[in-house]
Amino acid sequence: MPKWFTPLAGLSAVMFAAAPLIIARADYEATMGLVQKIFYFHMPSASMFLLSALVCGIASARFLFRGSPQQDRLAYAAAELAVLFGAITLVTGPLWARKAWGVWWAWDVRLTSSLMGWMVAWAYLLVRKYGGPGSDKLAAGLALFGMANVPFVYISVNYWRTIHPKTSVVPTLPADMGTALWFSFACFLVLFVLLLRLRVHLEEQRARLDALYLSLDT
Amino acid sequence: MRVVVCIVVLFAALSRPAPASADALQGPDATAVQQPAAPPQPEPPKPTDEFVPISQLPPQDQLPAAPLLIAAYAFVWVAVFGYLVSVGRRLSTVQREVDRLESDIAKGTRT
Repeated sequence: MPKWFTPLAGLSAVMFAAAPLIIARADYEATMGLVQKIFYFHMPSASMFLLSALVCGIASARFLFRGSPQQDRLAYAAAELAVLFGAITLVTGPLWARKAWGVWWAWDVRLTSSLMGWMVAWAYLLVRKYGGPGSDKLAAGLALFGMANVPFVYISVNYWRTIHPKTSVVPTLPADMGTALWFSFACFLVLFVLLLRLRVHLEEQRARLDALYLSLDT
Repeated sequence: MRVVVCIVVLFAALSRPAPASADALQGPDATAVQQPAAPPQPEPPKPTDEFVPISQLPPQDQLPAAPLLIAAYAFVWVAVFGYLVSVGRRLSTVQREVDRLESDIAKGTRT
């Protein structure tokens, strides 16, 4: 593991410990009240979900066109993080929506496209696990579709009629709500980097194990 | 001639209108007498045509926010912690296997 990993893990722990205090001190939103504070973990986890899908797609493209095994490991790690952060997004969102919209779920364009992206990430992992020989390239093709879905998820709220807040909400937040949001975003970004590095390390160790088995066979 | 008469009689019999049902024969007044009038239904609430803040909803429509908020944050912690444990366990298994193989190879080269 690189030298920066342990200090960054410590920093992440401190940041996540401080995050609830900063979120609690942020102003209440006028119409939704307390439940709106789910936003401070929902939006950053959704951002990390989209970032994971992007990283997975770019690494898969490089793996497909250059055949680099390092990029394949990165893509595999990012796909798992897309499933993790996608699950957080798709659970925290409905918990917020139940109070704010009166329903757990709506077949809204943002929600539906996010669910599609999450299912593509699951499909990637399932193909990798059960696809047999050559599944790495099949999965890489799937990851390209997952990446193509990302801009659609992001801009969908601006082009379709939807009950989900638009992307213009974040830049217009009051100062203390914005501070809490961007602090949470930084927490999730650091966590994303740490988890990605840890997961890539696992794939590196697996590759090392395969190489050892091959050396025993020859 | 008999055949013609038979056909005419048969045709006349088939072309008679069907007898009306019992309910129809009783007529609307009979039905009104048999069944008492239904009690007046309360009017359904009028649909809201404008935004209503949560704080102004009637008490039966209000949901407590705290359990939803706690559930959301708890899920985040559980999911991240569970994932960390999962990666840690997989990593330790692979690491153990790597160490075992490396020691086997080292012994093999020594002998």
